[in-house]
Amino acid sequence: MQEVKQTCLFNEHVKLNAKMEEFAGYEMPIVYKTIKEEHNAVRNEVGMFDVSHMGEFIVNGVDSTAFVDHLFSNSIVEKENGSVTYGMMLYQNGTIVDDLLVYKVHDEEYLLIVNASNIAKDYEWVVNQTEEFDVTVKNVSEDYSEIAVQGPNAEAKVLELMGIDLSGLEFFHFGNYYYENHPLIISRTGYTGEDGFEIYADAEAVIELWRLLVQGGVIPCGLGSRDTLRFEAALPLYGHEISDKITPLEAGLKMFTKIDSDHDFIGKDALLKQTEAGLTRRVVGIELTKISIPRAGYPVFVGDEEVGFITTGYLSITLGTPIALAMINRPFTKKGSNLEVKIRNKYIPGFVRDKKFLKKNYKSKGV
Amino acid sequence: MSKVVEGLLYSKDHEWVKKLNDSEVLVGITDFAASELGSVVFVDLPEAGDTVEVNAEFGAVESVKAASDLVSPVSGEVIEMNEDLVGEPELVNEDAYSAWFIKVKLDNVKELDNLLSAEEYKKII
Repeated sequence: MQEVKQTCLFNEHVKLNAKMEEFAGYEMPIVYKTIKEEHNAVRNEVGMFDVSHMGEFIVNGVDSTAFVDHLFSNSIVEKENGSVTYGMMLYQNGTIVDDLLVYKVHDEEYLLIVNASNIAKDYEWVVNQTEEFDVTVKNVSEDYSEIAVQGPNAEAKVLELMGIDLSGLEFFHFGNYYYENHPLIISRTGYTGEDGFEIYADAEAVIELWRLLVQGGVIPCGLGSRDTLRFEAALPLYGHEISDKITPLEAGLKMFTKIDSDHDFIGKDALLKQTEAGLTRRVVGIELTKISIPRAGYPVFVGDEEVGFITTGYLSITLGTPIALAMINRPFTKKGSNLEVKIRNKYIPGFVRDKKFLKKNYKSKGV
Repeated sequence: MSKVVEGLLYSKDHEWVKKLNDSEVLVGITDFAASELGSVVFVDLPEAGDTVEVNAEFGAVESVKAASDLVSPVSGEVIEMNEDLVGEPELVNEDAYSAWFIKVKLDNVKELDNLLSAEEYKKII
């Protein structure tokens, strides 16, 4: 068992009386006050998350663009410098190594942001693919701390408190900024379905910014509300909607692949084969018609037949209804199909629905 | 510090039992259990006529994040469940000792002897 790590903000969380739990090898804040208050702060005003546990790799070298194109499911070749692209790294069989963000600094330098729980596995995977390419890959996760400032008032709060005007920063783009003498990377990205920013810096700067933002009224939010927020926006979580047993097509993430282009990438052949053979299952939205809470792993039935399982589910804070994302066998994936979720010893009725439970409130163009 | 009420009986699974008369009890969860859970958003309870068994699961109490099984401190028949909690599960956090879950007609009143006193329960939390 490895020692549990702490982020640079650990003492700040303790001062705020956060409930701390181990997540992905880090002792992280789950909730400060209540998940509901933190969730609503992000939906209606502005909240802030410590996401320093996330992993960062830098890819450098003359072949960087060709290398990332080979490794990454989505297109980056035609993207401009300063762009951020969401996508996945796949195994040869088309299942998912991890989902990640790719920051294009320029043709010979990229920053990859990966899930904390997958840092070691991802780094090994990325390095193992470098043989044919003139690139170097550095795991800089320990040097980068990160906070996510999310919500409709994020832009105004960053301007008011940090003096940085981000009105010109487009959705899924990043830039280099300074706070006092600290260099920052700020992107207009997030994991909540709201407008907002992810700010990367060294530990000293992140601690200073965290204190400044808390003092200025930005609500500290834990991983509890991070999950309820991303879930309502139907954003996938590794280990739930996506995993090394699930392909992007099954997860409904085809739009984040370039299988229809002439670019090759690891796993593409498997996805093309799966397209040709036809999908046997897919992640859908489910809404229950009786109040209960469908949790991850609960089985889903149509009559006596088990047709799938819940990947994430909550009594939605924003909508008040029990909703879930679930991996369901075809043909029961059709919208409006009736099914039942087995919750403890009861079968709770529901139906398949659009998984866009909530309209996303992003600024400007969508991904 | 979590509240423990004198005169009630307690289980190691953090339920309280209140004797109403020789054969009927109310069952709820303790203040300690409620604060460990955080905000309760849903309670899943048996209905009148169902039976419960000592040390067996009889329902669940759920926070935003997780479901926790309820383990029955007694055996018997459910005479009534607290309908108020269906619409207002937050009552459990407001006052865990008035937010009873089920009223049970005991099969065996001697089972109560195995439960803890307030003093004994305080030592395990």
